[in-house]
Amino acid sequence: MSTTATDTAPATPAETGQGSKFSFGVLQFPGSNSDQDCVNAIEVLGHEAHYVWHKDDQLGHLDAVLVPGGFSYGDYLRAGAIARFSPVMQSLAEFANNGGWVLGICNGFQILCEAGLLPGALIRNRSLQFRSEFVHLATVNHGTPFTRAIPEGALMRVPVAHGEGCYFADETTLSEMEANGQILWQYATADGKVEDHANPNGSVRHIAGICNANKNVAALMPHPERACQGLIGSDDGQWIFRSLIEHMSAKA
Amino acid sequence: MSEPKITPELIRQHNLTDEEYQLILEQIGREPNMTELGIFSVMWSEHCSYKNTRPLLKGFPTRTPKVLVPAGEENAGIIDIGDGLAVAFKIESHNHPSAVEPFQGATTGVGGIIRDIFTMGARPICAVNSLRFGKLDSAEVRRLFRGVVAGIGHYGNCFGIPTVAGEVYFDECYEGNPLVNAFCLGVLRHEQIARGAAKGVGNPVFYVGPATGRDGLAGAAFASQDLTEESAEQQRGAVQVGDPFMEKLCMEACLELLATGAVAGIQDMGAAGLTCSTCETAARGGTGIEIELDKVPQRGPGMSPYEIMLSESQERMLIIVHKGREDEVKRIFDKWDLPWAEIGHVTDTGQMVVKHHGEIVADLPAAKLADEAPIYHREAAEPAYLKETRAFDLNSIPDTEDPVTDLNALMAWPTIASKNWVYRQYDYTVRNGTIVHPGSDAAVVRVKADSLPLLPDDAPNRNEPVSEKYLAMSVDGNGSYVYLDPYEGGKIAVAEAARNLACSGAVPLGTTDNLNFGNPHNPELFWQLKEAVRGLADACSHFEAPVTGGNVSLYNQNPKGAIDPTPTVAMVGLIEDPAHITTQWFKNEGDLILLLGDPVDKGDVFQGLGGSAYLKVKHQLKKGLPPRCDLSKEKSLHDALRGWIAQGVVHSAHDCSEGGLAVALAESCISREKARHTSELIGADIHLKEVPGSRLDALLFGEIQGRIVISISPVYLGKVLGQAEILGLPVEQIGTVGGQRLSIKVGERSFEWGLESLHDSWFNTIDRMMQD
Repeated sequence: MSTTATDTAPATPAETGQGSKFSFGVLQFPGSNSDQDCVNAIEVLGHEAHYVWHKDDQLGHLDAVLVPGGFSYGDYLRAGAIARFSPVMQSLAEFANNGGWVLGICNGFQILCEAGLLPGALIRNRSLQFRSEFVHLATVNHGTPFTRAIPEGALMRVPVAHGEGCYFADETTLSEMEANGQILWQYATADGKVEDHANPNGSVRHIAGICNANKNVAALMPHPERACQGLIGSDDGQWIFRSLIEHMSAKA
Repeated sequence: MSEPKITPELIRQHNLTDEEYQLILEQIGREPNMTELGIFSVMWSEHCSYKNTRPLLKGFPTRTPKVLVPAGEENAGIIDIGDGLAVAFKIESHNHPSAVEPFQGATTGVGGIIRDIFTMGARPICAVNSLRFGKLDSAEVRRLFRGVVAGIGHYGNCFGIPTVAGEVYFDECYEGNPLVNAFCLGVLRHEQIARGAAKGVGNPVFYVGPATGRDGLAGAAFASQDLTEESAEQQRGAVQVGDPFMEKLCMEACLELLATGAVAGIQDMGAAGLTCSTCETAARGGTGIEIELDKVPQRGPGMSPYEIMLSESQERMLIIVHKGREDEVKRIFDKWDLPWAEIGHVTDTGQMVVKHHGEIVADLPAAKLADEAPIYHREAAEPAYLKETRAFDLNSIPDTEDPVTDLNALMAWPTIASKNWVYRQYDYTVRNGTIVHPGSDAAVVRVKADSLPLLPDDAPNRNEPVSEKYLAMSVDGNGSYVYLDPYEGGKIAVAEAARNLACSGAVPLGTTDNLNFGNPHNPELFWQLKEAVRGLADACSHFEAPVTGGNVSLYNQNPKGAIDPTPTVAMVGLIEDPAHITTQWFKNEGDLILLLGDPVDKGDVFQGLGGSAYLKVKHQLKKGLPPRCDLSKEKSLHDALRGWIAQGVVHSAHDCSEGGLAVALAESCISREKARHTSELIGADIHLKEVPGSRLDALLFGEIQGRIVISISPVYLGKVLGQAEILGLPVEQIGTVGGQRLSIKVGERSFEWGLESLHDSWFNTIDRMMQD
């Protein structure tokens, strides 16, 4: 057995924010369906979360924004392709360009790629089927606001649930991303090997999640927000949110 | 517009008999026009009226003090779960559409049942399904199976509801007539229960949701006739197309609107669309309703009143709003960018009046249409085949010489094999509530604050904390048992569901059932139905799990004959304490393995092998009588198990069903799935006593009812055995958990299985069969 995040017991919610509560925005598109799960996860960690409606062109005062999973606009045309034209995406782009922290999950990853806030694209799973299962994630770069609290060598056990989660980018982009430390998470086996067997969608270089060059916008296909309480199967997902909280506390 | 003249042929095309047409003439005192004939035909179809089954369904227990809305009153029943919270749940079939167009047939089945739940004011929080297909070695069966699973997944995944449990059987009797039964459960506060009644004369009637098209014309009538190749081909247009995105928006908007208090009544447009929703709401409200079809959003020009009234376009709702609060509908549905239209109002005439271009095109008594369909007491006769199946002599087949091969074959038999190929296509983690995922005896989900529908802004309890609740659910139904003995088989379906709940630590709250049977005009098939319902009713009473609603699907036939009579029983239970949630797999080296229940049933000449998986797999026989189900014994066993679970003694509990004790033991060793390609395997050492007169195959693979395999820490052995003795329950230590092998010794003989290969054949069989 490898070490997973749970083996080093996560701090209680009260400990995580070092006293100060951060305010997270959770975007709501028509068809978002993991928006409640994001709010739930943030509340479990002892912080505040607010929904931001897709027609709003103001984000208001927020410390970070989560772009949740779901099937925004029914995922018609192409996953995330319509959502990027929502009024709220304009404000999100400004927020991100001003250095605001943004984390996209599942459909949120697709939307951020469609909006050009992240490189690459997500295409249909190579199995051509939806995949819902727990996977193990290896963290590639521990030096980002989204990964800094994840213990070295720890694997995170979190669920995936997607039909179009196969990350793709051309070789030049991938090499650039690798050089910049933008590849954050890869699919791994239970003993930490990054290989085909572990990859639920066939993504290039077994990529599960990435960030932009500035390291303030990140996204991943798995659902850390659905893995923040042992009762529902795993609390390993907490490490990603705790990284961001730790980083924001250090900046504050 | 010229309407066709009503001819005897037209009446027959509408599946109405001459007698039924006479009754229509008496009820309305004149000849109906074409639109009215269409309305009668769908309202008096079996699907909407239960005209062949109503007398039987009266036998179901429907009330306990916890039942807040009983069966038959509304779209779904509602049960109290304490602390002011309640659950609404129901199962419904979409068999015929799925036979014709598996993907869309299945999606709209899921969509329909979700609508039934949020119509009650509840937020849907999980889905379950029960499926039957022909044998997987047929390419056509694989096509249907692939399409149905993808359809269920597509709808649930996009809508954002976790599909948390299910069952799939493969048997040749379902070839060409698959069964697709979809279940949904929602939660709400007591004060949030919504009613499907058109209350308040003068109140406006709203249509919300996407426009009406010609799809699904008269689907209810299609579902109420024999399924033949010809009917399937002709009725392709009766299959609707589902849009889960639209339904998600529609649900959010409806729950938001319900929270305003502006709604007087709400009803989904399911089977028989606008027809059913208007006349049922008027009938429930004791009122009349008048609508103008010109105002109904339509997908194309030139739709006739007949088509608009009978269309089964999906994701549409009918909402009756308190007069003066129309703006709230507009505000909320505009916010969600959903079409809405005010199409009429509530009247005091008792009539359902439909206008088109200002002219009356239907004027019918609402209550008569909804509640006074003819009732038939069909003839029942014991089927002739039973003489032959009962006459089966177990001694005509040799006892097994090679249990190792037999168990391998059973584990790889698609009905028993792991269904991970299915559930890995279903999102089961969305909503952050799933505690026990697919793959254990029962699924367990939690109810938390965000599971509930919105409260009004000024609600006094808006900021009160919600105490978490833990719900378990299981769906079961072995058609072979019911075929061989409908009464006993009916009991077993309920007993198995209750047993699965007990294994998870839950106390049953209630039941919903889907009766999938053949043509009721055939006395032998009707006898199956009658006897099975009697068995279901007796067992539901016994487990204090009242039937809160369900569905009847008759006319399930393929060219070779009727399907095995298949009631599917979904039971919902409550777990008091999260610490009591129990799963089926062995966990700790050194734990002791106990068998609760009898190793053999001396009163059964078939020794538990009648109708068993073993007989089918090894001897290609569906014969004998199914194992006997002693409801009192079964209930005491469940109570005792829950007691031990509550005392913290039980580490795992798994019921013995298809494949008997050997399969239950093997599954306890290999069914713990931690992540993708990461299963935790743990061995077991089993010693079974030889029983004089008992066959080895019966001991290992007999499906004697009322049995559960549990594992406990050794320190509790004395306590459990002592309490079992006081309770008079048969409990025996049969082995120990540990090692990397399953080893079973019977007397002097010893059999062994490697866990890796056992797991591989069980886990990967369906995936391998679907690689084409």
